[in-house]
Amino acid sequence: MKSFEEILELLKSNFSGENDISSSKEGTEDIINVSPSLIKEVSKFLASTEGLEFDSLILLSGVDDENGEKVKQEDESNDITGGTLSVYYHIESVKLVHKLILKVSVERENPVTTSVSSVWGCANWHEREAFDMIGIIFNEHPDLKRILMPYDWEGGYPLRKDYRNPEFYNGMKVPY
Amino acid sequence: MGPQHPSTHGVLRVELKLDGEKIIEAEPHIGYLHRCFEKHCEALTYPQIIPYVDRLDYLASMNNEFGFVLAVEKLLKIEIPERVEYIRVITGELQRIASHLVALGTFGLDVGAFTPFLFTFRDREKILNLFEITCGARLLYNYHWVGGVSHDLHPDFLRLTKEFIDYFRPKVEELNGLLSYNKIFIERTANIGVIPVDVAINYGVSGPSLRGSGIKWDIRKNDPYSIYNKFDFDIPVGQGLAGTLGDCWDRYFVRVLEIEQSLRILEQAIAQIPEGDVTSAIPKRVKPNEGISYARVENPKGELGFFIVSKGGVQPMRVKVRAPSFVNLSVFPEIAPGHMVSDVVAILGSLDIVLGEIDR
Repeated sequence: MKSFEEILELLKSNFSGENDISSSKEGTEDIINVSPSLIKEVSKFLASTEGLEFDSLILLSGVDDENGEKVKQEDESNDITGGTLSVYYHIESVKLVHKLILKVSVERENPVTTSVSSVWGCANWHEREAFDMIGIIFNEHPDLKRILMPYDWEGGYPLRKDYRNPEFYNGMKVPY
Repeated sequence: MGPQHPSTHGVLRVELKLDGEKIIEAEPHIGYLHRCFEKHCEALTYPQIIPYVDRLDYLASMNNEFGFVLAVEKLLKIEIPERVEYIRVITGELQRIASHLVALGTFGLDVGAFTPFLFTFRDREKILNLFEITCGARLLYNYHWVGGVSHDLHPDFLRLTKEFIDYFRPKVEELNGLLSYNKIFIERTANIGVIPVDVAINYGVSGPSLRGSGIKWDIRKNDPYSIYNKFDFDIPVGQGLAGTLGDCWDRYFVRVLEIEQSLRILEQAIAQIPEGDVTSAIPKRVKPNEGISYARVENPKGELGFFIVSKGGVQPMRVKVRAPSFVNLSVFPEIAPGHMVSDVVAILGSLDIVLGEIDR
């Protein structure tokens, strides 16, 4: 079992790029920020290195950070430009009983990151949900399509803060 | 198969590619019960969310509330009176028994045993009666509140719960004789839907489905929350008694053994519960500081987690549910190929999914 600082140092020494790995504190939780281009390699490293062995992904959640520029529209809703969308990875080692939170932030206008479903199997559905709800695109995902919304939904990504209901869905009025 | 198939425990559609009766490929399609729970949360205050949380896994509402209030209390950093912790554990364990009874009964029903279903529902009814005198509701309670519970236990509650435990203990034996060791039932479930250990961990499978594969992993022991470290209980795991380790029968039998452990916890909790005020720590206004929190509890179905992102308002900025059934179902395409169509029913039944929390 390693402490947060030890894991952070280990990652920093193995992935040396500038600003690729950093740590931050949100509330009481320590978080390791990883750049989108590295997340797959970092995950692989965390899962397979002896002494870390993060063999299980508890939760992968997409979050709209709502930190862009807001423009109020006529119907009181906001349009948001700029800022970031984030993905939080809660991972844990069943074998060594320790936990870690990773965070990847992507630009709202270009929300592309890499899938970790080849490292943790359950990431497959979690990533599909993050794509469905927030609109984050996971490269190298085996089958990235909507999961909770209908497959032919074209009304956008419901959990984005600037989401607006479309007027029609398949010729039916929304809200009906 | 589905979405209106009786054995899918809700509205689940499974797309099967078959070679005769044999499954080549299986793909579940979900979302038929999607009702925007997470979007709703962003427009509600924290206490207002609790009734919605009930409707995730509607067979284990108490445990859902337990998880959610823990996540909010973690953000608020408040101390909970001891009596409240005991009440939460007692209601949570009763609910676990009720949920397992549904799981066992309907699993038998899925593979063709009708009588055990009637027996388990008869006993579950008694637990629902206990909840009814506690908070007036039988299924969706809104009982666990942030910082406490909505009101104290009924004066008769502990006596009735004790009576229930005495009544119920022999019934587990009855169920074993009726279903668990039934030859036809074993034929249908042993060696079917085996989840190997590494696959189970890699797919994040949790709860009885993980323990059925032989891993001693229970959040109540491995990452204790509330006051679970005060109780003496075991974690039953699958041993491959009827066939291969991690098959449908193992997952089934872990639930039976867990019922007995829950009874043990209940007895200890009833003996130890202190007097006290249950509403004293309920905050007037739930307005946590900025930050994130993830709290998880051992639900009857597996690990239920709530991930809350707060920006400091009275409403959360984001609530994400780690629904055990969602994750457990995602392993299905991995284990189904090679089995017969009729085994799909057994595998789904043994995973014990509830579509209410898969689709949210």
